[in-house]
Amino acid sequence: MKNICKQYPGVQALSNVNFELLAGEVHCLVGENGAGKSTLMKVLSGAIKKDSGSIIIEGREMNFLSPADSQRAGIGMIYQDFKLVPELTVAENILLGNEPTKGKTPFIDYQKMHNVARSILTQLGEEIQTDIAVGKLSVAQRQIVEIAKAISKKIKILAMDEPSAALTENELRNLFAVIKKLKSENVGIIYISHRLEEVFEIGDRLTVLRDGKFIHSCSVCNSSRKDLVRWMVGRELEQEYPKIELQRGKEILRVENLYAGILKNVNFSVNQGEILGFAGLVGAGRSELARVIFGADPKQGGKIFLDGKEIAPHSPREAIDLGIGVLTEDRNKYGLIMQMNIRENISLSNLRGVMRGFFIQRSKENSVAEKFTNELRIKTPSIEQEVENLSGGNRQKVILARWLFTKSKLLIFDEPTVGIDVGVKYEIYNLINQLAKNGIGVIVISSELPELLGICDRIAVMWEGKIVDILMHSEASQEKIMTLATGGKFEAYNV
Amino acid sequence: MSEMFHKSDKLKSIISEFGITIALLLEIILFSLLSPYFLTADNILNVTLQTSITAIIAAGMTFVILTAGIDLSVGAMVALSGVVATSILKLNLPFVISFPLALFAGLSIGICSGTVAGIFITRFNITPFIVTLSLMTIWRGASYMYTDGRPVWGLPDDFGLLGSGRVLSIPLPTIIMICVYVVTYILLKYTKFGRYVYAVGGNKEAARLAGINVNQTIFVVYIISGILSAISGILLASRMNSGQPNAGLMYEMDVIAAVVVGGTSLFGGRGSIFGTFLGAMLIGILRNGLNLLNVGSYVQMVVLGVVILLAVLLDKLRIK
Repeated sequence: MKNICKQYPGVQALSNVNFELLAGEVHCLVGENGAGKSTLMKVLSGAIKKDSGSIIIEGREMNFLSPADSQRAGIGMIYQDFKLVPELTVAENILLGNEPTKGKTPFIDYQKMHNVARSILTQLGEEIQTDIAVGKLSVAQRQIVEIAKAISKKIKILAMDEPSAALTENELRNLFAVIKKLKSENVGIIYISHRLEEVFEIGDRLTVLRDGKFIHSCSVCNSSRKDLVRWMVGRELEQEYPKIELQRGKEILRVENLYAGILKNVNFSVNQGEILGFAGLVGAGRSELARVIFGADPKQGGKIFLDGKEIAPHSPREAIDLGIGVLTEDRNKYGLIMQMNIRENISLSNLRGVMRGFFIQRSKENSVAEKFTNELRIKTPSIEQEVENLSGGNRQKVILARWLFTKSKLLIFDEPTVGIDVGVKYEIYNLINQLAKNGIGVIVISSELPELLGICDRIAVMWEGKIVDILMHSEASQEKIMTLATGGKFEAYNV
Repeated sequence: MSEMFHKSDKLKSIISEFGITIALLLEIILFSLLSPYFLTADNILNVTLQTSITAIIAAGMTFVILTAGIDLSVGAMVALSGVVATSILKLNLPFVISFPLALFAGLSIGICSGTVAGIFITRFNITPFIVTLSLMTIWRGASYMYTDGRPVWGLPDDFGLLGSGRVLSIPLPTIIMICVYVVTYILLKYTKFGRYVYAVGGNKEAARLAGINVNQTIFVVYIISGILSAISGILLASRMNSGQPNAGLMYEMDVIAAVVVGGTSLFGGRGSIFGTFLGAMLIGILRNGLNLLNVGSYVQMVVLGVVILLAVLLDKLRIK
């Protein structure tokens, strides 16, 4: 891709970007949100039109007018938000638009379809039933289906936009194995990720974009993590995980013998001034635990104590009134009201706090929103901005502001930095530290082990609905956590 | 860079805010050029009177559509509340007693309908379209059953004042309509409930996790729609001086058109009461203007349909 330019109304999304991909290499595309990575990929896929520049594949200049064009040219795309039809089965999704028919008739040969789908999945080393609806699959499984769909066509180039965002460590291993396999088949792979570790692990070369401009391109082995961050952010970041020593205070939350759904006999406590991490694979029960504490799902047994008093919230409302806040993993779907602006999203859970009598006082509401926007440094031209137009990090801060305004005593962060830029991640960690310092009990659920190791005082590891161990910061390591999180089967898959 | 982006955003929001106003102004200018009678005080009051019945229902429908719901039962509710209220006036009671009783009965029917809709939608999780489609047939059938298919005639003269009376030469229905719009505007914009309506329509699960009682909000929304339909039903009965079991036929379509033309999204979460008011007026003025120009009713239907399509197209374009 040469000198690619793309202008949106008011924004130069890409200016003279160059990108080169060789057959059989993994080329990582890195940059902060809004750097233009996704836009570049969309240009490549034909989903959007470039203003100028050229795309050359195997020496031939291409002019893609639609995704169908690029697919014909052998380009496979895996988007950040999956493009699967939840109601259709796995096999139907994999072969969507490519269905095998019975001879020359227009009827779909389902037998063949399932066979083909199954063989692709086996190639990927995955066993997913091909006749269940995609909507019933876990996020990780959907990811695999998405990859299967992409490679079901003969592809020369596979672009993956944040494929690892929803994956846990060993699912990631699987993905890497798949990538290596594709590489050996001479497929050129474009890999977009926020997780720098991955870039160093799987990448051959990397290209950094910033503000729609080409910044740097080099071989992965010739660069250090520090360089990479500097190119991305445009300045030095001293440290990725700020860890501060905190004074452990009194107990805020204690959970005893909790049973609910897949959760079995869960016991733990969180004190003031401490950050408790939760590690585990997707489906280990971490988010489920958060939902039960938050009153979103019912518990079947056991006790929950907040500030020493037993509580049993039956709805999020009750939990919020008790002083609990949850920053959900998928903040766009389960956190924010996208059509609403920053002001309305912040005050939503505590409208009492901005009302006089029956009526919402705009002046009060404005000052609350202004206050939190300043304190949390939410980057926006105005509090009237719809949250739809904010970046991931700023959206996360809006939700945090909501829970601060309800005066939460306990905050549960579920994957707090998914889809958030390196520079802003640091800010989020600082905020989490600050909250703990101010006496709020903090629980952080994360699939990014370096993150947990970097900011938590203790790390609880879950496996199949149980807490298998709670490690002190000093004794925890990635290997140890992974061993526990896979039920002690770590050695087996590490070979 | 980002500043420019927000500027274009601002421009967009201005267009979306005033798009319907511009359309309305164009319409007014066009008709006043074509018909000398159009821009007279008499005619303007006439338009508001003619529009008031559907406009009142449209205010309630705005709440429903903001929650991403729909209420197809409003037209049938107009008929049922009308015939029930008028039947009470026919009882051998002094007007001072029978009139409030009739109002009470009519409004109760509205509340009742909203409650039934609310129960089926929230407790049994059936889509609003199906629930209110069924209620539409049920209430319409009930109106015919109740009256044996015959209109309720011979009402006390005083009852007619409600629909045709004037205060300072402003028709009473117009005044009632303005009151309804003021109250619903405040309700939607300045109360907790109003904010919850937007939140629920924007994203139900996120609203629940933000501590909002989603079911309660949806419930109340259908009750509001029921009450306002009943008010319209009583007003219409008064204007016609009879309870007609076939009153309000196809009103749901006019009402939904007004809401959508007014810029409220059928997907919920976006829209406003003021927009609905303008939407209702746009359609009302169109009808009036075409009547003044002696355009036949068949042509009117076609023109109305085209205008609604254009208005929604405008909406679509500005969102992109």
